[in-house]
Amino acid sequence: MAGHASQDISATNLWDGKVSPFSTSYGKLMMWFFLVSDALTFGGLLVAYGFTRHDALDAWPIGEETFNSMPFLGHGYPLLYVALMTFILIVSSVTMVLAVEAGHRMDRKGVTKWLFATIIGGFFFVGSQAWEWSHFIHGSEFGKVELADGSQAIVKGHFGELKNFTVIEAGKHHEKGEVITDDLMHQFQHAVVLGHIENGIITLHDGSKAKVAKAADEHMVLIIKKTGKENKIGDVIEGDKACNIYGEVINSGEANRVIYGANLEQNEYGPQQYGQFFFFITGFHGFHVFSGVMINIIILLGVIKGTYHKRGHYEMVEKTGLYWHFVDLVWVFVFTFFYLI
Amino acid sequence: MERDDVIEYSLDAHHSEEEGKVLRKKIWKVTAILTVVTIVEVALGAFIKQGSVIWPFIKWTFVILTLLKAGYIVLSFMHLGDERKALKYIILAPYIVFMLYLIFVAISEGTAVGDALVNYGV
Repeated sequence: MAGHASQDISATNLWDGKVSPFSTSYGKLMMWFFLVSDALTFGGLLVAYGFTRHDALDAWPIGEETFNSMPFLGHGYPLLYVALMTFILIVSSVTMVLAVEAGHRMDRKGVTKWLFATIIGGFFFVGSQAWEWSHFIHGSEFGKVELADGSQAIVKGHFGELKNFTVIEAGKHHEKGEVITDDLMHQFQHAVVLGHIENGIITLHDGSKAKVAKAADEHMVLIIKKTGKENKIGDVIEGDKACNIYGEVINSGEANRVIYGANLEQNEYGPQQYGQFFFFITGFHGFHVFSGVMINIIILLGVIKGTYHKRGHYEMVEKTGLYWHFVDLVWVFVFTFFYLI
Repeated sequence: MERDDVIEYSLDAHHSEEEGKVLRKKIWKVTAILTVVTIVEVALGAFIKQGSVIWPFIKWTFVILTLLKAGYIVLSFMHLGDERKALKYIILAPYIVFMLYLIFVAISEGTAVGDALVNYGV
């Protein structure tokens, strides 16, 4: 790659004016400076995350426990989806480098092809992140439970399937004897939070009461995350004892003993700051990915139109590539510090 | 609008088909390295529990592997390794120095705040 940047020019010639001391254009230099400033922003956010985690007194969520679902496949795949997201973003970075390389050969078709592939990868990543958010907000099937002694535990295991609700007392919308089969999980979780399930009888939204037919939960493990009168952080309760304790909480008829998912007031994963940092850092990063995809689309339109070919160089693609690689770089760090450590 | 007082450096950045082949091979090689490192990181993260004895060692492995990936992305993908030495230093040196200092400060303050919370209550 012969060019000004690879020539050995003595220092006095470089810094005497009229030439760029870095043998690069104003636009590229400014893009680098912007990337440094943005990197400082993300660096600051990640250090703030580390600081908050360092002195959080409650148990901090563990990455491979919290993020163990795949779309359409359910849970039991620790960190696999986020690994896939990382791979997609790295591959989109690779296609971007290939687009820049094609630009250096004035290969317009190549640039179009590889830039388009980068945009597809970017869209996949943003879509995947949106799914992760929605799953995080929605929570697991078990939620986080408050046990009788005041301690709190997260639950691992296989949630027994809800078969149906058989109405035993009529309400505004349901008749006695009616067998309800749709939207069971949603109504079940709502009722648990409100304390509307007592001894296997659920009170539905319209006031009717129904008997819950549900398969038994299996392989239950309760992991204590907040110390209570008897249980301490880190205790693990397994087997039948876990099933019984969890069943007692669900059927107690007391409100607010189970938390599902994450919202602005409480979350099932751990301290509030965990959710806040998760949404802020991944959201800010996702915003950068999205804006990167938009910019890539605009530049792709320019490539197709032939603007850069007429200009004689594809430096605009290169500058856009710098921004895209920066986005990938930030993700590499977010992935390590948020999900792995 | 043509300007004759600005040097269009990017016109010199072109390379031939043969050079392109060599460069593409290098790109795929770096891709393979990044993929393998990511797979190793995910496998370690998924299968080694956080409470286990080797966990501190694993944590440092993650940090080193991540810095390795970052190095490859910045120097190879972003072509900073091909730029002039001055530009390389201007981008990397202040950032690294500042980050190291920030991390030191955060750990010191975080420890101090944590101790204060434990000793004097929330």
